[in-house]
Amino acid sequence: MKKLINRQAGPVGRWALGLLPFVILAVLYLVASDARLDANPNDKLLPSLSSFSDAIERMAFEPSKRSGEYTLLVDTLASLQRLGIGVAISALIGLVVGIATGSLPLFRAGISPLVTGMSLVPPLAILPILFIIFGLGELAKVMLIIIGITPFLIRDLQQRAEEIPTEQIIKMQTLGANTWQIITRLVWPQIMPRLLSSVRLSLGSAWLFLIAAEAIAATEGLGYRIFLVRRYLAMDVILPYVAWITFLAFALDFALKRYSQWRYPWFHGAQ
Amino acid sequence: MAAIEIKNLWKEYGQDVVLERLNAKVEEGEFVTVVGASGCGKTTFLKMMLGTESPTRGQLLLDGKPIPDEPDETRGIVFQRYSVLPHLTAVENVMLAGELESSRWLGRVFGGKRRALREQAEEMLASVGLDQALGKYPHELSGGMQQRLALAQALIKKPRILLLDEPFGALDPGIRRDMHELVLDLWRKQDLTVFMITHDLAEGFFLGTRMWVFDKERLDPQTPGSYGARITYDLPVGNSDKGTLQSITQSVDSTARVLGA
Ligand SMILES: Nc1ncnc2c1ncn2[C@@H]1O[C@H](COP(=O)(O)OP(=O)(O)OP(=O)(O)O)[C@@H](O)[C@H]1O
Ligand SMILES: [Mg+2]
Repeated sequence: MKKLINRQAGPVGRWALGLLPFVILAVLYLVASDARLDANPNDKLLPSLSSFSDAIERMAFEPSKRSGEYTLLVDTLASLQRLGIGVAISALIGLVVGIATGSLPLFRAGISPLVTGMSLVPPLAILPILFIIFGLGELAKVMLIIIGITPFLIRDLQQRAEEIPTEQIIKMQTLGANTWQIITRLVWPQIMPRLLSSVRLSLGSAWLFLIAAEAIAATEGLGYRIFLVRRYLAMDVILPYVAWITFLAFALDFALKRYSQWRYPWFHGAQ
Repeated sequence: MAAIEIKNLWKEYGQDVVLERLNAKVEEGEFVTVVGASGCGKTTFLKMMLGTESPTRGQLLLDGKPIPDEPDETRGIVFQRYSVLPHLTAVENVMLAGELESSRWLGRVFGGKRRALREQAEEMLASVGLDQALGKYPHELSGGMQQRLALAQALIKKPRILLLDEPFGALDPGIRRDMHELVLDLWRKQDLTVFMITHDLAEGFFLGTRMWVFDKERLDPQTPGSYGARITYDLPVGNSDKGTLQSITQSVDSTARVLGA
């Protein structure tokens, strides 16, 4: 038999091995839930499958009694809109500033210290300041995402821009390019796929900031809902919401990855 | 007037003298091969020609004027690697120079102009034997094909001077020979002035019109940086005998041993 370090799972085996922990967790949950519900039918901590499906039915597929809207849909759209605007603006700022500081030494000298300083400020610590300045509306929540992930994006993209081989920058000049053309025809196109991967990395933090902001001040949104029903210990709502957020995060990441592979084959082929 | 004039040129990095007292004149249309031990300053010389390094003393003149201290379209270059742009296909790489020239802001052209540029680029690619690879990205090409592409890309700009820094160093000897044929051929057609660095002494002996050997005349094994390399041989290609090759080889090898230690 081969050494353990050299043994690989086959295609079926890989799926089976990957699913195994999920199955184990699900079984453990069901057993624990049953045991607790046996002892106390009103237990709220580990709801049964049927209460999950009731809750999902109520949140996702029936209009709410008070507003007549589908709660899950409203929450999802509100959250995705905030996330989308926040991440898009951050990506734009990251792209412009990152390219400028990464390819123009004079810009780097002027701006990098500021960005480094800003990236050290814990964003959640300035959340109250944001609420004071921007009020409790949408702007404050979007701003938190922007302040939270933009310094990372700028620094990451600056580094990516600096990594472009000097040979290529020299090459562009010998082909007659001016600074603007070097940026638009060399740096920018080469940074775009890297922007996508930085955005993928920063999405985790973006969700964190979004949910934190919604938990504190919002009238709808996935984070808002979770923190609202927490008061009633409504695990039957919270857990499906968490699973739904996880799924959304996964889907966004997957879509960005696929888009990048389709749009920038040279980037993924050369790696 | 000579196209390039080198007058008492020195290059030092701090305490280390890399090149000292270089003097030479190169006429328009010459093909100079540069050989020498690793670390003796061949690339440094090329960088000064390119304008990314400046001489610490002396002068480097192009048409009687100091050579511009940043790269521009008068001097084309092919490096050992990373010369072509990975995000453009072969034909786009070759079209780039034309696009940059006709559109200062966008750096892109459309319509009839684009078709004309594309045609020229395809012709150029055909002349380096890449007519089958027009739409391929560099990562889909072999090392030799990438270097052909780099040549095509540099030559379509018609630079006064073409600088080649061991462009074929990473290729198989057989392919390398083909590439030398190609370079010589393009050089004859385009009337360029070429500087080509190569590691292989014997190769330098048969390429182009002139061979320079960079070597340290004085060598202190304890502090090899205290004296710089000079042009110790400046030979017309074709009329050199075996003895010369041998004595150059010996001298370069002993320098290489000290520098490599
Ligand atoms: N930026 C730099 N700072 C300090 N020393 C440098 C710098 N660039 C080159 N050198 C030194 O200059 C010397 C010559 O380097 P160069 O790259 O020109 O050698 P070379 O002849 O091209 O060698 P090879 O054949 O290996 O490419 C080396 O000793 C190197 O360490
Ligand atoms: Mg070198």
